[in-house]
Amino acid sequence: MEKHEMQYQTVHFNLNGKDVERTVDVRASLTDMLRNDFRMTSVKKGCEVGECGACNVLIDGEAFNSCIYLAVWAEGKRVRTLEGLLGPNGELSDIQEAFVEEAAIQCGFCTPGFILTAVEILESGRDYTDDELRKLLSGHLCRCTGYENILRAVRKTMNRRLGKA
Amino acid sequence: MYDIKALYQAKSTADAVALRQAHPEAHIIAGGSDVLVQMREGKRAGVELISIQTLDELRGVSLEPDGTLRIGSLTSFSHITRDPLIQKYVNVLGEAVDQVGGPQIRNIGTIGGNTCNGVTSADSASTLFAWDAVVELTGPDGVRRLPVQEFYLGAGKVDIRAGEIQTAILIPKESYEGCFGHYIKYAMRNAMDIATLGTSVNVRLSADKKTVERARVAFGVAGPIPLRAAHAEALAAGQPVSAELAERFGQAVREDINPRDSWRAAKDFRMHIAAESAKRAFTESVRLAGGDL
Repeated sequence: MEKHEMQYQTVHFNLNGKDVERTVDVRASLTDMLRNDFRMTSVKKGCEVGECGACNVLIDGEAFNSCIYLAVWAEGKRVRTLEGLLGPNGELSDIQEAFVEEAAIQCGFCTPGFILTAVEILESGRDYTDDELRKLLSGHLCRCTGYENILRAVRKTMNRRLGKA
Repeated sequence: MYDIKALYQAKSTADAVALRQAHPEAHIIAGGSDVLVQMREGKRAGVELISIQTLDELRGVSLEPDGTLRIGSLTSFSHITRDPLIQKYVNVLGEAVDQVGGPQIRNIGTIGGNTCNGVTSADSASTLFAWDAVVELTGPDGVRRLPVQEFYLGAGKVDIRAGEIQTAILIPKESYEGCFGHYIKYAMRNAMDIATLGTSVNVRLSADKKTVERARVAFGVAGPIPLRAAHAEALAAGQPVSAELAERFGQAVREDINPRDSWRAAKDFRMHIAAESAKRAFTESVRLAGGDL
């Protein structure tokens, strides 16, 4: 097999509000870097081909499957993972509380991804219909709960934030 | 880790062209939602990549002085859908790309990548065919523009020459002015699925909304590359708007298309849904244009 030089690059980005830098292998996905270099274990390795949404993170406010995003592309970006939602004393955020209240969790593997998509939805400040919410949440696979409870949790938090409930 | 032999990150369009010349074997990676997945599957394993992902100069939608709508090749599907110019002039394109994959895929996937893959099922492709889009490529000799129909050479093959990258998709004013369109994606799931058939229709009506001045229809997955249905278009041009015309328009597309049997669907089934989708998309386009049928 042909040998080739290992290629490394230093990436500077903001992770959950903190400026960080790391020298990474250019072959690494953002999932690889977040899990291995920063111990952000909420970022799950599911399908690793962008189908299941378990590795979803927010980059500059938009949801991306970090498994099909090269780590070096994070240069200069603002990356948020589920760990960034915790309050100063480890308190859960409203959307996480809602997932607990609505039993929108069983095994929990899809949950961080779903919650970050929910954060993008909630931060738009818009009032969505159930059909719109279903479509916005459609990039995640859950094999336990059947989606209804997840939809309820997102809708409940949306309504609370909009002062409707 | 991906099995990437080497990664070259372009810093500008000119840099991308230089990298293309320096590394002719390297594959171009834009959003990565096709390239990285294929790499995982082993299809592109071990290749060199030229990344154009960070070239923000190739993002965004704008109007050129002559009214041409310019869509930077790296504009993501979700940004196309949300763009006010797209919503105003080619709303159907925003709706079509809003049916690609799922939300996260629409945030990373680009219209340039969607077309450069050369696949017939690309959700943007049928609409770009139906609106006579022009593909802009930038290479060592400057800028080259060609109709999207000529850009597609065959299944998975497009006309990108040595040293070139695609830099924009253009829709001329003559093509969008007064036109209203509708796209129907027929797939087995509502999300994260590839089209069994994609149908994009648009019409321009006379001032009194009673006559079809021009109707255009293009399909994805009705042949190895996206294609227009010339018989149906000729049949509708200049005809009075009616439900019967919509029916005949739908039936006429059967003359032009050549879908195949695949594990997704049988040829006969695709023929059937093509006629039905063309009729429905025509009806909806006429309605959007202010016509009554």
